[in-house]
Amino acid sequence: MHPLLAVNNLVTQFVIPEGIVYAVNGISFRVNPGETLAVVGESGCGKSVSMLSLMGLIPTPPGKIVSGEAIYDGKNLLALKDEEMEKIRGKEIAMVFQDPMTSLNPVLTIGKQITEALICHLGLTTAEARERAINLLDMVGIPEAQRRLEDYPHQFSGGMRQRVMIAMALSCEPNLLIADEPTTALDVTIQAQIVELVLRLKQQRNMAVIWITHDLGVVAGIADRVNVMYAGLIVEEANVDELYESPNHPYTRGLLGSLPRIDRRRDRKLIAIPGSPPSLLVKPKGCPFRSRCPIGKEVCQMEAPKLRNVSENHRVACWIDISSGEQISG
Amino acid sequence: MLTESTSNLLIDDLEAPPLTLKKLAWKRFTRHKMAMVGGLFLILLILYSFGGSLFVEEKYANLTNPPIRLSPPSLQHPFGTDTVGRDVLARTIYGGQISMIIGILAVIIETSLGILIGAVAGYYGGKIDSLLMRFTEAMLNIPEIFLLIVMAKFFGNKIPNLTLLGRTFSGSVVVIVVIIGLTSWMYLARIVRAEFLSIKENDFILAAKATGTSNGEIIIRHILPNSIAPIIVSATLGVANAILAEAYISFLGLGVQPPTATWGNMLDGANNYIESAPWLWFFPGLLILLTVLSINFLGDGLRDAIDPHSRAI
Repeated sequence: MHPLLAVNNLVTQFVIPEGIVYAVNGISFRVNPGETLAVVGESGCGKSVSMLSLMGLIPTPPGKIVSGEAIYDGKNLLALKDEEMEKIRGKEIAMVFQDPMTSLNPVLTIGKQITEALICHLGLTTAEARERAINLLDMVGIPEAQRRLEDYPHQFSGGMRQRVMIAMALSCEPNLLIADEPTTALDVTIQAQIVELVLRLKQQRNMAVIWITHDLGVVAGIADRVNVMYAGLIVEEANVDELYESPNHPYTRGLLGSLPRIDRRRDRKLIAIPGSPPSLLVKPKGCPFRSRCPIGKEVCQMEAPKLRNVSENHRVACWIDISSGEQISG
Repeated sequence: MLTESTSNLLIDDLEAPPLTLKKLAWKRFTRHKMAMVGGLFLILLILYSFGGSLFVEEKYANLTNPPIRLSPPSLQHPFGTDTVGRDVLARTIYGGQISMIIGILAVIIETSLGILIGAVAGYYGGKIDSLLMRFTEAMLNIPEIFLLIVMAKFFGNKIPNLTLLGRTFSGSVVVIVVIIGLTSWMYLARIVRAEFLSIKENDFILAAKATGTSNGEIIIRHILPNSIAPIIVSATLGVANAILAEAYISFLGLGVQPPTATWGNMLDGANNYIESAPWLWFFPGLLILLTVLSINFLGDGLRDAIDPHSRAI
């Protein structure tokens, strides 16, 4: 299948007074039309930065996209001019952010903010855009949509605001929705509603979704494929079932092992991954996970492992074969 | 049993919408007594200057009558007459119009420049920012009065008189408006830049960019409305400063040229008659004082009403 978006060897760094932050260190992945790709990893592993890089939203300076390409619809997003990128943002690729409380402009009504993209991308008249905005709010489950268009963001609750953000993101029927931890700031019941909403809309429109999260429970529920990121690298990618069934990277194992499971004995302790992730200010050398890895060997100090195929839909970046504990050959 | 008062409390009252920002601001403004008084005085002063022309013709204000020069206030001439026998009351009416128009037009120029320079510097940052801010600082380092005088001397009398709505204005009015505008935008530019610097870091700006909003639209539709409060306050106070600045240079004889009257140029020459003909300076001086004070009180109240956080500064 022809991928909707293909990212190759993306490297993003930030130059700050303390040195260089190696935020994303060469990641490659693809997103197929209509699929849901989950990107998981702990805070600071480069999930958001890689997505913002694709969208051309990294503040420069201090940020810098050092290398890489992101091919969407035959165009390299990273090489597009500002004006060309503006036409893609929102229209072709839309984004929903983590904190709905701060992602809406406090001095503009919801209606104005939703219709803005419609008028600018689709060339609708104000009246048409309003009509469309009412439908959108209806679609994301905001009651009395017509009246609420005149309301300001502070008159909405957190969950409602995230619905508004989703309505805005979907307003121009994008082919790809990047959801950057859209449920992190919401409480659990609202989280479930938002997840369900995005899934339903995705199915209705055959839209691809990149769902950034560190909530492995959500991932199991929504994703087709999963990328596990660690210290600016993708360490494992697999179909969701295969990943949960047989995680091949010790980090993925650690993540899954640290989850509370309702089907396990209650007195069993959760297993934490010892140590903490490496400083991003140090130029990466060797496997980034080596200092915390229970099965590491000498080779891990020397060279970072490349992604290798485990099965057709499963790749892992590790020198060690997890089942035998032996270093892979060749 | 329900008492009278609780039974009247309908469900609608409980669900009454919270105060909107505008209502809240109005509430805070009306609590500010001095601002209300200032606003009232300002309305009266505007009525005096602009309503007065319904009763007195401009020709009369500019009519010289040397035989009755320097006559003290009387029934005929309630504010007395000036050094060439013109009626001071009529001249304060027409002078007030020009002074206020100069104040407002100069502030429009000042605000436009200040917003433009501050917004571009704050939003784009980097080299553009340093360049614009160094220029702003350079302008701030030159004493404003010096700039005003030099520019007034340089441009004065180079603009022909213009006729608008059947009235003739001295070309010097345009010169004064432009030079006051050109010499007063720096503080506003700094305020706007500071606002832009902080507002552009907000998540909603990133979100707006993510929906494909262009830089221009982000500046105008997203950041500017968020920084409008200090701009309004500064513009209001700017009117008072512009009226004062006009008074300075007109008093020095470099401002608006007679016969067009302004409160400022009515003071020109009055210093020779401080004791012998106090009505020459008292009335225009009083009007300038009242206007500037009213505007300042009004601006203070506006600041409390729409920009309450800036109080600490």
